[in-house]
Amino acid sequence: MGHTLVEKLIIKNSGDASIKPGDIVVVHPDCYMTLDIYAPSVVQKLEEMKFDKILYPEKAVLFLDHLLPLGKPNIDSHSLDKAIELHEKYGIKRIEKGTGISHTIMHEKGYAKPGMIVIATDSHTTTYGGGGCLSTGIGYTEMAALLGTDEIWLKVPEAIKVYLDGQLKPNVTAKDIVLKLVGDLKADGGQYKSLEFTGPGAHSLSMSQRYTICNMALEAGAKCALFEADDKTAAYFDMPLDEIDWITVDEDAEYESVLHYDLDQLEPHIAKPKGVDDVHDISQAIGDRIDEVFIGSCTNGSIEDMAVVAEILHGKRIAPYLKMIIIPASNVVFKESIKRGYIETFLRAGASVSHPSCGLCAGFPFGLLSDGEVAVATSNRNFVGRMGSKGSFVYLSSPAVAAASALAGVIVAPETVAL
Amino acid sequence: MSAIATGRIWHLPDDVDTDVILAVKHFLNTAEERSQHCLENLVPNFAKEVKQGDVIVAGKNFGCGSSREYAPEAIYTSGVTCIVAKSFSRLFYRNAVNIGISLVENADIQAHCADGDAIQVDYENRTIETNGKVYKMPRFPRHLEEISRVGGLVNYHRQRNELAEEGAN
Repeated sequence: MGHTLVEKLIIKNSGDASIKPGDIVVVHPDCYMTLDIYAPSVVQKLEEMKFDKILYPEKAVLFLDHLLPLGKPNIDSHSLDKAIELHEKYGIKRIEKGTGISHTIMHEKGYAKPGMIVIATDSHTTTYGGGGCLSTGIGYTEMAALLGTDEIWLKVPEAIKVYLDGQLKPNVTAKDIVLKLVGDLKADGGQYKSLEFTGPGAHSLSMSQRYTICNMALEAGAKCALFEADDKTAAYFDMPLDEIDWITVDEDAEYESVLHYDLDQLEPHIAKPKGVDDVHDISQAIGDRIDEVFIGSCTNGSIEDMAVVAEILHGKRIAPYLKMIIIPASNVVFKESIKRGYIETFLRAGASVSHPSCGLCAGFPFGLLSDGEVAVATSNRNFVGRMGSKGSFVYLSSPAVAAASALAGVIVAPETVAL
Repeated sequence: MSAIATGRIWHLPDDVDTDVILAVKHFLNTAEERSQHCLENLVPNFAKEVKQGDVIVAGKNFGCGSSREYAPEAIYTSGVTCIVAKSFSRLFYRNAVNIGISLVENADIQAHCADGDAIQVDYENRTIETNGKVYKMPRFPRHLEEISRVGGLVNYHRQRNELAEEGAN
């Protein structure tokens, strides 16, 4: 009997080839990551558990990404002080301070590589599965235990195979694939499961597109999301393909179910306010009024996303009174966007460009919404009050739909804005 | 925690996410401060009126969304030590068990009770009683039972570390 991708990755780490779905396996992750917002609690739990040191500080990465620059005096600064304690007292040396969003940098800098198990204190840790890495989130109490012991239990999940055929049409993006998928599975349809992407359509996608899909797969409740490793994965990580070509789906592996999508047939999709799984074909939202457009987040802040937006905005002005906030996901993306002239395009179009960070997606300044305001965002969640006041409304879309809608001042399909 | 807890039901819908349980803007310095904003955008009177022994009874996918442990912590600090739901999100489940909350996956209870109904949880005999009906509390899987038995993951590791320290002396 063959294995699913998640089984292969757990077998590689644990050395136990007899595992099957439902088994509890103790693994020793290759990398663990924690963040500024949880640093005070990680330190507190280490103390309460009486761990006076981290067993393998060289496996840990610490990100100061949610809170820089500081938003709340005396509160955010407390978190940063505790993060510094994780460095100075506990010896975590790999620190990313103000360099952008953790989930982007984790793969951009090669902290999360193919074949690894990576555990982090954030739900969107599933992102790195785009590079064939089993990555999933935990809370800060469990992170403290992991730092102290280098051990964590995982239940071997059932897996759903997502077979992608064909190729995306122009103006349709990876975000539309994952919106459609979350809409079909619903917010709990991937609960405790591994979502595994295969087929020619999967291999046709760029690494950025794969990361977008694995990032948002979490919104269907997935434990992890995985793409097979191929020549694109090898090139991205500058690794020989024959070192990672075992990260492929076995023909005879047992999947709980198989979903099939023909990318040629896919249209842009949008999630309506207050429901990540309330997903519709774009035609169901055309003409809806908007006050703000947000481009960015760990879902859609890559250089490819910036390129899509720049192409649509080039030489045009966004709608009067509309607010548009663009946040490149990392300093690497930011610098490249400057070099290619995208930032100038954004500014000439009337958008505001903010520093690489989680930004308003995580409820941080700037651009938070007031009661009655409506936004289109390229991020991953539209929960009540997440991006501002309780009475605000957020649609989730691709960067193409969001940028075109910024020009129109209402929701439109990208192709209706003449390039 | 006493063996039998009595309180009222807070009846919640499907897909209650962790942003609604505790928004990022309420990531304040202490658990007490954070818990005062628990469920603020969904049940505005929750934090003010919740009492020790109350039970949340929810639909499917309770605690979906973020990994933030401040969500179960805010519920626990408010005095709710037992949550009944049709299903829990993976992250919420792990986090809640780790901080010592009793989770009960049950498909029936939610449909047979209303907000404000009285409920009694018998932790020793592992039963829940509401509206004249008694429901069994299922056991955790074995690996989690020990964590749950000692009141969470902090106690679990502290006890092990203290034993190791005594052994070394």
